[in-house]
Amino acid sequence: MKLKGWKDVTPGAVILDAGNAAEFKTGSWRSFKPIWLEENCIQCLFCWLYCPDMAIKAKDGKRAEFDYDYCKGCGVCALECPGKKGKKAIVMVEEGK
Amino acid sequence: MAKIVAVTGNEAVANALRQVDPDVCAAYPITPQTDMMQRFAGFVSDGKVKSELILVESEHSSMSACVGASAAGGRVVTATSSQGLALMWEILFIASGTRLPIVMPVVNRALSAPLNIHGDHSDAMGARDSGWIQLWSENAQEAYDNTIQAFRVAEHMDIRLPVMICLDGFIISHSIERIEYLEDEEVKLFVGEFKQLNPLLDMEHPVSYGPLILPDYYMEYRKAQDEVESKVAKLVLDVADDFAKMSGRRYGLFETYRLDDAEIGLVILNSAAGTSKDVVDEFRNRGIKAGLLKPRLYRPFPYKEVGEAMKHLKAVCVLDRADAFGGSYGPLFIDIATSLYPYREKPILINKIYGLGGRDYLPEHAEIVLKELVDVAASGTVGSVKEYIGVRE
Repeated sequence: MKLKGWKDVTPGAVILDAGNAAEFKTGSWRSFKPIWLEENCIQCLFCWLYCPDMAIKAKDGKRAEFDYDYCKGCGVCALECPGKKGKKAIVMVEEGK
Repeated sequence: MAKIVAVTGNEAVANALRQVDPDVCAAYPITPQTDMMQRFAGFVSDGKVKSELILVESEHSSMSACVGASAAGGRVVTATSSQGLALMWEILFIASGTRLPIVMPVVNRALSAPLNIHGDHSDAMGARDSGWIQLWSENAQEAYDNTIQAFRVAEHMDIRLPVMICLDGFIISHSIERIEYLEDEEVKLFVGEFKQLNPLLDMEHPVSYGPLILPDYYMEYRKAQDEVESKVAKLVLDVADDFAKMSGRRYGLFETYRLDDAEIGLVILNSAAGTSKDVVDEFRNRGIKAGLLKPRLYRPFPYKEVGEAMKHLKAVCVLDRADAFGGSYGPLFIDIATSLYPYREKPILINKIYGLGGRDYLPEHAEIVLKELVDVAASGTVGSVKEYIGVRE
């Protein structure tokens, strides 16, 4: 992507195009990666609700896979996951292991 | 039809703010500004303005509230002095970097320590590189006129920068002078309807303010801001032209007083310029070609124009009502020296620090300085470049 010059930036660094976070992939920031264990998932969608970015996909009201391009590895999803019978449906695994 | 009144500087500026009737005023009281905002609060209570007055717990908060209200899309004012301006420091840069046209009278007062509530220029000089436009005012009339013009400068679509209007604490803020007020309707027409630029409250066009800008873009935003600064001087003159048509009172980037054919000159800001002009007249009566330059647009500083106006002089004294600690000269001296630097032939410069913490600046001080300039011009030599005057040994 060609970077803009100073004549083309907005006054006061105001961002005029809403929702442009989609253009910025932040997955490389991650040091811990969430793993979805579908067998423990009760489809509560808490993870989808709590994710501060858009790293958790849902389709037809059901949990779908992670979109790791936007997952910074904050772990909120794993923390909030109620799991099934004491077993979490999302666990954090260190990257590179 | 002008209305002639006898009022203090604070009262005059508060009246200008009433006539403009801004959307939001977020203020915190501090001497000697208190009475200006108290009067404005009175206008709010009495229904003379529709402004929303936000009473905050500090100046850091008042400037923060101004930033929010301005980004939301309102015409926004506040006022402060001294420690209050110092406490705003962090947010001053956010207001200018975000290009928010906030208008703020600054009633100049010394900075602590030692604690002192009286007039000097340390407060506004500390904020001179904050990206705010600064208009300085010799008397209550100029403070009133500058306040009204400030809205037009700040809000121009090519500029969108915050403006400080500086007036001397107590000497101007609390002394009663003869003022010509404009009619309310004239002021309303002059400043015009506030025009929004990318307001946060426009739900149809959602925008984000205050993003993180990393090394790949930060310099581009800074360069863009520097470029805007270069357009300010011309706009200040255009607005002054319009103002002169309405009021009959003409303003420039700076005022020159008997300077064109002068050989020695004083450079001095705000209220002390009036005293100095009287002494310049006395020297002229004695056949000595003295003159004076009083900056009005201090930031961005019109280096080229000031240099052109002063290059012919033989000797100049820059009088600073603030010191710039660090083994340096006074802030105004540094700017005047910079404006004269490009010229091969230029005046000899000296710097006097005067009037700190409200110490009186008397005609005899101007006289001592002008006498020294006569000697400097004749001999071509300088004893000490920078000295305090009106100080006990």
